[in-house]
Amino acid sequence: MADRKAPASGHDKLMIGQSATGIYIAHAVLILGILVVAFPIYYTFVASTHTLQTILRPPLPLLPGGEFFTNYTEALFGGVGRIGGVGVGTLLFNTTVMALGIAIGKIAISILSAYAIVFFRFPLRMTFFWLIFITLMLPVEVRILPTYKVMVDFGLIDTYAGLILPLIASATATLLFRQFFMTIPGELVEAARVDGAGPWRFFFDILLPLSRTNIAALFVILFIYGWTQYLWPLLVTNRNDMNTIVIALKKMVSFADADTQWHLVMVTAMFAIVPPILVVVLMQRWFVRGLVESEK
Amino acid sequence: MATVDLKDVKKVYAGGVEAVKGVSIAIPDKALCVLVGPSGCGKSTLLRMIAGLEAISSGTCSIDGKVVNDIGPTERDIAMVFQNYALYPHMKVYDNMAYGLRNRGTPKDEIDRRVKDVAEKLELSHLLDRRPRELSGGQRQRVAMGRAIVRSPKVFLFDEPLSNLDAKLRGQMRVEIKNLQRSLGVTSVYVTHDQLEAMTLADMLVVMNAGLVEQIGAPLDVYEKPASTFVASFIGAPPMNLLPLIGDGTSFADASATGLVTPAKAVTLGFRPEDADVAANGEVPAGSLVLPAAVEAVEPVGAESFLHCAAAGGSIVVRVAGRATAQPGDALRVVAKVDRLHWFDSAGKRV
Repeated sequence: MADRKAPASGHDKLMIGQSATGIYIAHAVLILGILVVAFPIYYTFVASTHTLQTILRPPLPLLPGGEFFTNYTEALFGGVGRIGGVGVGTLLFNTTVMALGIAIGKIAISILSAYAIVFFRFPLRMTFFWLIFITLMLPVEVRILPTYKVMVDFGLIDTYAGLILPLIASATATLLFRQFFMTIPGELVEAARVDGAGPWRFFFDILLPLSRTNIAALFVILFIYGWTQYLWPLLVTNRNDMNTIVIALKKMVSFADADTQWHLVMVTAMFAIVPPILVVVLMQRWFVRGLVESEK
Repeated sequence: MATVDLKDVKKVYAGGVEAVKGVSIAIPDKALCVLVGPSGCGKSTLLRMIAGLEAISSGTCSIDGKVVNDIGPTERDIAMVFQNYALYPHMKVYDNMAYGLRNRGTPKDEIDRRVKDVAEKLELSHLLDRRPRELSGGQRQRVAMGRAIVRSPKVFLFDEPLSNLDAKLRGQMRVEIKNLQRSLGVTSVYVTHDQLEAMTLADMLVVMNAGLVEQIGAPLDVYEKPASTFVASFIGAPPMNLLPLIGDGTSFADASATGLVTPAKAVTLGFRPEDADVAANGEVPAGSLVLPAAVEAVEPVGAESFLHCAAAGGSIVVRVAGRATAQPGDALRVVAKVDRLHWFDSAGKRV
C-alpha cells in the first residue's frame, strides 16, 4: 500500500505545477495524434459509401455519399466477384473463428504452463522454462517452412485447425502469467492447501479468478493479433471460402486500378476494422485494469 | 480435542542447512503452546512441519496419537492463521470462511449455519458480504480466525498472527485469542517473536534458539527460573541483567555483598531489573548484593522508570517505581536481593 501511494503523490504534484499553456499544448498534441490516426479510417468509411465511379474520379468527396446500404448489402450478401463469390459474412466468420481460437488457445495453454512452472516442483522444471523462453526467438516467420510441412502432412491445409494451431504456443503469454503468479503470496497457496484445495481446485477457485484482469488484457491483445494475421493464413488457406478477411482484402485489390471494386474494398476494410474496435471498447475497463493493476 | 507430540523432529533443507535440530515437545489436549524465539530460530519451520506444509526430515509428529508425517495438511485436520492473513482476495468474507468446508463436502445448510455461528461469535455478521480489501487490518485478522474456527479442527496453528496489527489492536486481539481458545478448548500452537505475547498467551511456553528448544514450561516458571542465559535475556522486558564473574569465578568486580554464596561452576550472575533497587545513602540492606554504578540513561515510562547503568564491567537496567530522580552521569549504588539472583555456568546453563 505504502509504495503505491508514493507515485500517486508525485503525480499530484505534476498536476499542480501545470500551467494553462501546458494544458493547451498537451491537448493540441493529443488532437493532432487523433487526427492522424482517425482520418484514414474516416476516409475509408467515406469511400465505402460512394459508388465506384465517384471513387475513381478524383477528388474523393470528404463527406459520406448515399450508397451506404447498396454497398454494404452487396458486400455482405452479394458475393464479391474477385474472391470467388464469397460474401464478407463468411470472411468475418472465418476470421472470428481464427482470432478467437488463437486468443483462447494461447491463454489456455500459457496459463496452464505458467501454473506448472510456478507452483510445481518437477525434474527439469527450469529446462522447460528456458525452452519456452527460447521460443520467443522463433516467431512464425522463422519456422514457417517446417510448420507448413507439418500442416500439410497432417492434412490441415484449408482447415480452422490449420489456421489456429501453429499460432497458439506463446512464450510471451506464459511469461506474463508466470510473472503474475510469482506475485501471489506463498501463504495464499498454503492457506488453500490447509483448506483442502487440491491443485485443480486451487487453479479454478483461486488462481483463475485472480487472473481475471490479466486474462482480459491478454485476450484483447491476442484477439487483435489473431485478427490481423496475414502471412500464415495466406499460406495455409487456398480455398476462397476459408480466407480470412485480411487475405480477402488483399485478393480484392488488383494491379489494374480499374478492375478493382474500390467501393467494396472499402466496405470490407470497414468490416475488418470494426470487430477489433468492438473488442477493445467492450473490454476497455478490464483491459486497462489488467495492464495497470496488480490485484491485492 | 487432540494432543500434539513432536519426537526429535529435525528439518534439514536441501542445501544442508539444519533449521530444526531435533525438537521434542508434548503438547497436552486443549493447551495453548507458544513457540517463541528470535527470527531464524526455526519456530516457524516447526509450525509448518506440524501443519504439513513442510516435510519432516527425521523424527515424528503425531496428532492425537497418530503419526502424521506422511499425511497432507488437508487430512491432518488442522487450521492455520497466517501472518498476513492469506484471505482469498476475490472471495467475500462468507466464502472465505466457507471455502474449507465446501472442499470437504459439508452440506450447504450446515456450512451456512456454522459460518453464521462463527461470524456472530467474532462480530463479523455485518461484514459477510464484503471482500477482504474492504476490511481493516483487525477485521481481516478476525476473518482469518473465523476461517480457522469454522472448520472446528483438531489443532489451531497460529503463525505470528498479530504482528501486522498496531500495538493497541494487538493487545486487544491477544486477549480475544486467549478467551476464544479457552472457550473452544482446541489445542493450539502459536508462533511469535514477541515475548510479551508469548508470556500472556501461553499455557505452555517453548523458548527456541538456533533450531533447538532452550526451555519448556509455564510462562511464569520460565520467567522465574530461566534455564539459560539465552532465555534470561529473551524473556522479560527489559531483559535480565547478566554480569560476568571475574577471577576464580567467585568474586565479582567492585561488588560487596552480605549473605552471598556463589555456587560452584557459576560464571555469570543475573538478576531482573525489578529485583534491583537504588540503595539509600551508605546503607546496605541485609542479604543484598551492592554494585557501584554510573547512570547512563534514564527512561521514564510513567508508573516506573528504567535506569540504564554501567556497573561491574557490564551494563545493567534497574527498575525504580515512580519517577526517577537520578540523572545521566550520577554515581549511585545498585542493590539486588541475594535470594533473587540467578547463576549460570560457562555453557550458559542455569546452575
